[in-house]
Amino acid sequence: MSLELRNVEKKIGQETHIYETNLKLEKNTINVLLGSTLAGKTTLMQIMAGLDKPTNGEIWFNEKNVTGVKVQKRNVSMVYQQFINYPNFNVYDNIASPLKITGVDTNEIKNRVGKVAELLKLSPMLNKRPNELSGGQQQRTALARALVKDSDLILLDEPLANLDFKLREELREELPKLFEDRDCIVVYATTEPSDALLIGGYTATLLEGKIVQHGKTLEVYNKPNSLQSAQVFSDPPMNIAKIKKQGDVCSLISDDVSWKINSKLKDGEYKVGIRPHNITTYKEGSNSLEISGKVLISELSGSESLIHFTNGDLNWVSLSNGIHQKNVGEQTKLFMNSDEFLYFDESNKLVNNV
Amino acid sequence: MNKTVNQKAWLFVIPVFVLVAFNAIIPLMTVVNYAFQETFGNNVFMWEGTRWFKQILLSDRFHAALGRQILFTLIILFIQIPLGIFIALTMPKEGIGVSVCLVLMSMPLLIPWNVVGAMWNIFALPDIGFLGHSLNALGFDYNFTQQSGDAWFTTVLMDVWHWTSLVVLLSYAGLRSIQPAYYQAAEIDGASRWSVFRHIELPKMKKVLTIAILLRFMDSFMIYTEPFVLTGGGPGNATAFLSIDLVKMALGQFDLGPAAAMSLIYFFIVLTVCWVFYNLMMKNEGQS
Repeated sequence: MSLELRNVEKKIGQETHIYETNLKLEKNTINVLLGSTLAGKTTLMQIMAGLDKPTNGEIWFNEKNVTGVKVQKRNVSMVYQQFINYPNFNVYDNIASPLKITGVDTNEIKNRVGKVAELLKLSPMLNKRPNELSGGQQQRTALARALVKDSDLILLDEPLANLDFKLREELREELPKLFEDRDCIVVYATTEPSDALLIGGYTATLLEGKIVQHGKTLEVYNKPNSLQSAQVFSDPPMNIAKIKKQGDVCSLISDDVSWKINSKLKDGEYKVGIRPHNITTYKEGSNSLEISGKVLISELSGSESLIHFTNGDLNWVSLSNGIHQKNVGEQTKLFMNSDEFLYFDESNKLVNNV
Repeated sequence: MNKTVNQKAWLFVIPVFVLVAFNAIIPLMTVVNYAFQETFGNNVFMWEGTRWFKQILLSDRFHAALGRQILFTLIILFIQIPLGIFIALTMPKEGIGVSVCLVLMSMPLLIPWNVVGAMWNIFALPDIGFLGHSLNALGFDYNFTQQSGDAWFTTVLMDVWHWTSLVVLLSYAGLRSIQPAYYQAAEIDGASRWSVFRHIELPKMKKVLTIAILLRFMDSFMIYTEPFVLTGGGPGNATAFLSIDLVKMALGQFDLGPAAAMSLIYFFIVLTVCWVFYNLMMKNEGQS
């Protein structure tokens, strides 16, 4: 089983929503579509589902061309950001609705709904209507409806975006387990890099209607193929600075910070991408670099400290574990872990491995 | 939950209370005053107790008017509500068509009621009116001033023309508030058009439809101006609905006592029906 997009393109009027895309999703995988709002995640999912037709290109499922085949004939289910349930059905009937339409017999329905409800912790509220449930329970019901069908393709379009923080964390942890023993392809769209990391599987980074990179989630995270992919997959946003390489020494152009590098890269100008959590108030790794700056904003969130500071003419973001209170305007010293630096050439390609 | 007791809050209710007193309670009490007493003018009143109420409730004239009224209201509800929903469903969802339809739909609602009556009166005249003349030319023996069936037909048609838009606009608003994802989810399930209507659109429209039905019930149950101008309640008493009959009694015959009693009964019926209906519709309705 596989889902393949071949040269898929989507235009609405003069506007291109999805640029020519090739993507192959394998059997029994969870694939995260990661990108900001309007990156084209929903459009891409609707094309995958058959709710929308591509302007050009083909969709292949199980080595069969399914372009233009209607969604009802594709065995697809979808969960939305909004909690979509039939308002006048109780939870049981909601979960059972896709089975009833396809004419599964009553005992079988009972059996399957029971199992899915158990899995999603909905058993105690099978008789309640959606408007008597919390947001989390409503979304669980929608998820149960998607799972009960044994679909070949399950599409989740930012399913956690409308939930409040705690419910979101809870459901996010359960999600990967829900799909573990299923014979299907799962696509999960999100704007949050942390979602992708938690869910694992595969990730495709999307930027302005283009898939920048597709691969195993950790690989995409650790070895982004380009600056764009790295930027999509970084929250808070990645720090990017110009550097000059001469021999085995690199130095920031904007400041007097330099470090050794073991690489066959040609001498010249490059860009370095540093994720915020690699700039900390404490030393980390064996190759720590000191950087000083003036504090712009200092935010504490839970057990982390986010410090925005200026160095040279750039604004930097650092993310440290623990509580580190800094005063605005204060001159401060931070440490960068140069082992984790990502280097990009002038065409924004990753050059770490050169 | 603990509620704080704060009697000062009553102070803030006073302005509303004064306002309501002047526009509702005092006029209503005047009617109550007439309903229990007999007067021959000069501000002389004699206590009559429930005599007028008994007289009205037992009178054939009241039964007939009430029957006509109920029939009329039921007919227009059964036409306007489904028709309104149907038109709302077929209205365009985007583009220039939306504003065109909305403006067209609002037009009948903006015309003063007596003008509607006058318009339809001329429109339906059998000799010179477009509708009346055409019907006769087509071979129908149509004369709304003489045949009670024709009078009913014209009155119902007029009301449908005048008020279906209200149901359309309310239903349309209800439909537009349904997120597109609902339709997509139903499409993925393979639900039929009827199921989409029955299980998504209708439940989502429930609240606006309740309001639509309530408004149409109240307005049609208290209809006066349009049939008064169109048919004057005739021919005979064929289209003399409750309020037309009431005005005849109060101002035509100057039977202030029975008319006041009838007003109160009338008011009580509208109030009860609305209350019962609203509670039935909103039963099992959560805080969604």
